[in-house]
Amino acid sequence: MGMATESKFHVLAVDDSLIDRKLIERLLKISSYQVTTVESGSKALKFLGLQEDGENSSNLPSISLQNHQDMEVNLIITDYCMPGMTGYDLLKKVKESSSLRNIPVVIMSSENVPSRINRCLEEGAEEFFLKPVQLSDVNRLRPHMVKAKNKDQNQQMKEEAEEEEEEAVTEKLELHSQQQPNNNKRKAVEEELPSDRTRTRYSGLTVI
Amino acid sequence: MLGFGVERLRADMNRLLALLFHQGVLDEQFLQLQQLQDETSPNFVSEVVNIYFHESEKLLRNLRGLLLDREFSDYKKMGIHINQFMGSSSSIGAKRIRNICVAFRAASEQNNRAGCLRALELLEHEYCYLKNKFHELFQMEQQRLLAAGARYPVQN
Repeated sequence: MGMATESKFHVLAVDDSLIDRKLIERLLKISSYQVTTVESGSKALKFLGLQEDGENSSNLPSISLQNHQDMEVNLIITDYCMPGMTGYDLLKKVKESSSLRNIPVVIMSSENVPSRINRCLEEGAEEFFLKPVQLSDVNRLRPHMVKAKNKDQNQQMKEEAEEEEEEAVTEKLELHSQQQPNNNKRKAVEEELPSDRTRTRYSGLTVI
Repeated sequence: MLGFGVERLRADMNRLLALLFHQGVLDEQFLQLQQLQDETSPNFVSEVVNIYFHESEKLLRNLRGLLLDREFSDYKKMGIHINQFMGSSSSIGAKRIRNICVAFRAASEQNNRAGCLRALELLEHEYCYLKNKFHELFQMEQQRLLAAGARYPVQN
């Protein structure tokens, strides 16, 4: 599967300037991250497994999917001003994608334009760095990646727990309906069961 | 005797760098670049600077080509080149060049062709100066490494 034994966080850096790619790569490597650099927003989306129109590339050859699976990206750092797809466009596409929206995105720009900064933050960017980017900027990245990872792990744990609860409830119901064939009750309960991640479900179940 | 050479070279390099800072040719971003160089990436600064030379010369050629064209009117295209040059100069700490780019961009935004030509000439001059100084620095660094190597000969 190609996973590193020491799981370093993996950062995808996007910039059309070769010099800036070299710089950000060095800054990130010095900070102990695994780094991939690409020169455009569309190449970034390809690497992330998304086609440019936002659809998941499920019908593409397995190689591009493999990229996505083997090399989980923990953070995207992108230049704002790029020909074609800007960093802002890329940010939007990532946040609109159900599979990618949890990945923290950071924007870099050589121009200090408050309206631009606000726009990016409102669209979901975690940070906005002025170029040239410093080591002190890169030091701010880790908490965002840790937070995203914890969120994913909590999500996963929650889903697993919910599955277990569902199984337990279903078993109880089967037992119960064997004693009292009352199918309506079972239907009512099952309607509540479909996983809705935003609801805290445990309290609902204990009422039953 | 060789030890003395190494220290002398280091002092000369530092003096040249101090001069460039004092003249406003370089700024602290160049120091940042040096800090990113270590045993795992021992040629980082020269690699980046060489990329800068390569890109800059291309950009300068493009800019001159645009401006010398009698029919020239594509200020937007010129603006793109200027921004690129500004960005890369800023990234390596080439402060003076970057500042000239700012003036160049202003002239371009006003469609001021004469102003652009003046700015371009200044740019070419400054770039030439910076390139020469970097070559001096890199030569001194080479010599210092050689002298240090002779002092601590590599076994086997």
